[in-house]
Amino acid sequence: MRIIQSDVLSVGAGLAGERVAIEAAENGFSAICLSIVPARRSHSSAAQGGMQAALGNSAMGEGDCPDVHFADTVKGSDWGCDQEVARLFCDNAPIAMRQMAFWGVPWNRVVPGEQTYYKGGKPFTAFEKPENEGLIHSRNFGGTAKWRTCYTSDGTGHCVLFTLDNRAAQVGVTVIDKVEVIGLIHDGETCMGAVARCLKTGELTAYLAKATLIATGGFGRIYRESTNAVICDGGGLIAALDTGVVPLGNMEAVQFHPTGIVPTDILVTEGCRGDGGTLLDKNEYRFMPDYEPEKAELASRDVVSRRMTEHMRKGLGVPSPYGDHLWLDIRHLGEHHIRTKLREVDEICQSFLGVDPVHQLIPVRPTQHYSMGGVRTNKDGAAYGLKGLFSAGEASCWDMHGFNRLGGNSLAETVVAGMIVGAKIVEFLKGAETVIKTASVRDAMAAQQARIDGLVNCASGRENPYAVKNAMHDAIMKGAGIFRNGKDLETCVADLQEILARARKVGLRSNGQGANPELTMALKIEGMVKLALCVAYGALKRTESRGAHTREDYPERNDRDWLTRTLATWAEGADLPTLNYEPATHVFEMPPGDRGYGGGKIIARDE
Amino acid sequence: MARTLTFNIFRYNPADSASRPRMDRFELPETERMTLFIALNKIREDIDPTLMFDFCCRAGICGACAMVINGRPGLACHTKTKDMPDEITLMPLPVFKLVGDLSVDTGTWFRGMYQKVESWVHTDKVFDPAAKEERMDNALAEQIYELDRCIECGCCVAACGTALMREDFLGAVALNRLARFILDPRDERTEKDYFDIVGTDEGIFGCMGLLACEDVCPKHIPLQEQLGKLRRKMALASIKNMLPQFLKKDF
Ligand SMILES: Cc1cc2nc3c(=O)[nH]c(=O)nc-3n(C[C@H](O)[C@H](O)[C@H](O)COP(=O)(O)OP(=O)(O)OC[C@H]3O[C@@H](n4cnc5c(N)ncnc54)[C@H](O)[C@@H]3O)c2cc1C
Ligand code: SF4
Ligand code: SF4
Ligand code: FES
Repeated sequence: MRIIQSDVLSVGAGLAGERVAIEAAENGFSAICLSIVPARRSHSSAAQGGMQAALGNSAMGEGDCPDVHFADTVKGSDWGCDQEVARLFCDNAPIAMRQMAFWGVPWNRVVPGEQTYYKGGKPFTAFEKPENEGLIHSRNFGGTAKWRTCYTSDGTGHCVLFTLDNRAAQVGVTVIDKVEVIGLIHDGETCMGAVARCLKTGELTAYLAKATLIATGGFGRIYRESTNAVICDGGGLIAALDTGVVPLGNMEAVQFHPTGIVPTDILVTEGCRGDGGTLLDKNEYRFMPDYEPEKAELASRDVVSRRMTEHMRKGLGVPSPYGDHLWLDIRHLGEHHIRTKLREVDEICQSFLGVDPVHQLIPVRPTQHYSMGGVRTNKDGAAYGLKGLFSAGEASCWDMHGFNRLGGNSLAETVVAGMIVGAKIVEFLKGAETVIKTASVRDAMAAQQARIDGLVNCASGRENPYAVKNAMHDAIMKGAGIFRNGKDLETCVADLQEILARARKVGLRSNGQGANPELTMALKIEGMVKLALCVAYGALKRTESRGAHTREDYPERNDRDWLTRTLATWAEGADLPTLNYEPATHVFEMPPGDRGYGGGKIIARDE
Repeated sequence: MARTLTFNIFRYNPADSASRPRMDRFELPETERMTLFIALNKIREDIDPTLMFDFCCRAGICGACAMVINGRPGLACHTKTKDMPDEITLMPLPVFKLVGDLSVDTGTWFRGMYQKVESWVHTDKVFDPAAKEERMDNALAEQIYELDRCIECGCCVAACGTALMREDFLGAVALNRLARFILDPRDERTEKDYFDIVGTDEGIFGCMGLLACEDVCPKHIPLQEQLGKLRRKMALASIKNMLPQFLKKDF
């Protein structure tokens, strides 16, 4: 049996995982990061927008401070977040950005004097103070009170990840890539590490650690339509759920984006609609004004996504080999505007679709974008249910996002949480020893080997893992997509339960040797269907609308009954998760109120 | 439309003792707006579930999907079938260790590179959480960003004659990385420190300047310009190193 030991094991080498590992290594502890892909290819690299931190250096960010950032975050979450955590995050974000600058991120900086900026496609000027010259600049992103998003041109996530991985190499963090964690090692009380399969050789290894961190990012790929990287399939969450004792928080809180391109679901910015782009159906008819006479295409993300889905359900979508879609039309904005102000969109259309948006329509559909839910932790990042298990980043439900994360807050969360949780793990390591039980290690390894053998020998059946995945994709988008109501959710849950039974009968067509990709898929499909059920069942039970979770049959936000966080665990052999609830927050710095956007009625708390 | 595409794909699974290197043919009807990402996944899901290849972002951002496409290194996700002939031949990147079929191990190669060029900011300063950030000119930040855009796809290494011949050659990607740190005032390394890393035949003096690297770089990093600058700087530094101590001046 191959065994590798360290003080800290991070499952994930994206921004959150590496930031935690660096903190441990700087404090003299050995740290290993495991990753499916080389660290720098982690999905964090795809975030182009930026990171929110209330530095207040720019003209449009003047007067910003953590208090204003906090108010934006809590409102954004629709009061679903843990306010203590949101406060911790906002207070520490400026420090984290400066630290990233210290380590080498080439943040864009303030250029003094009169500058031209754009809002809603229109230029205006603002005066940047000479005394702020050369400090970290900020841009507009995600509908906040101040311009607070720190950025490096169009490659923020990329630069920050490269910088962190440089730092990781410098301080001696061991990064092992092309390995995939498929289970945790634990005894029901303490986590002792993880079992991972090598994606070069197929070999299993037990990685033992005093502290194990789940930092595997989002699980968007339980949906077919997702902006997430293809490796974002929730492996870390599945491992946590499989323990039977670690709960996942708010899995029903899933954010969608109205305009992913078809077929690859790469995101095109909302700037297109902001600047006057329109949405057309299969008859090239502009339908949004019929649904939203006032705002049309400029209604909020959720509303536009829902109306698009509604319209396609009426059979008015454009059929394609990849399913129905709609058209985004920006032709009338003109060549000059498209080639300069919407250059990124132009490039995406040309490079990935072969469509010239100056003359042609862009095929789009709403797609899954961000997972607010994840491994539920306390404010120190310690997972509920198992000692020695932690979580950070998009994989976690720490929970500063509640039912809706603000653009720019998630990338910032990774490094801020990484800094805070990393320090707490260091404290944990200094305070205690973890006893590694060899029986738990042996059992976990044997269980995983048995799973693999069963799949290769088709011991439970011959279901095709890709067919099961496709069935899951169909079911979840129908019921637990953007558009939710009791009837469709009930069908969705029932369908997913059947699909779960099929997932348990998967068997390989091939021999499973080495880094066999069919086996890779087969090993996670049951877990992915379980995650889908956590989303759908949680959404069915939550009879209110809050943030991104919108129920047609329960349109109000219900603070009287639902100012809560859903906690989903999975009992062995069950075909549904067990749901429990806890208060959304214990501290109310800001009592529930109106968000000031999105409309919607509120059922008030009983005082 | 409605072409049938023929894919000739290199196959070999080193972990399977029964496997021998060979080329496999697959036929696939072309669909609208198809990229190699769509096509390869379709082959794997519908025809051969064992086919190994790597994708991650599928948006030209992460560098995972580099392979040799009809003889030229490039990003598969960034390649539209519409721009390709009816026959498409796919090979794994050379230089990097083969994992299987089209998948190679870039992680190990690049981590080795970070250690060789010490790909991080060298400074004696200590971060002060209470202090404001050090100032930087925005134009300089943008220049650094320009070189920081490299996605470590490995295309430049795979296309480089020197890298193919000598395993220890740093490659354009590493030389560009060093150029990035030379630009960055936060990195306090001296010219001598940089010279010790790249002033050798494994470094800048091994480069034959044929510039296949810049040609294939999907991010259009100005490699030619960076290699030229580095060569001049290091040639100067080597002359300085040869001079007797009393003659050394700043050039
Ligand atoms: C297209 C797009 C654009 C975005 N833009 C922005 C933006 O501008 N601003 C913003 O704030 N947010 C943005 N986000 C969200 C943000 O990028 C993510 O929330 C954040 O990067 C997540 O970082 P992470 O470290 O938690 O996870 P990731 O960066 O996703 O890293 C996950 C790591 O876990 C590893 N891993 C996964 N499963 C396993 C397993 N089973 N075993 C071993 N390793 C595993 C992966 O290999 C990877 O190393 C965007 C998201 C998308 C999809
Ligand atoms: S110019 Fe130098 S680095 Fe580039 S391909 Fe030629 S030999 Fe390689
Ligand atoms: S320099 Fe260009 S070709 Fe070379 S690794 Fe970087 S992005 Fe790829
Ligand atoms: S998959 Fe990321 S660059 Fe192609």
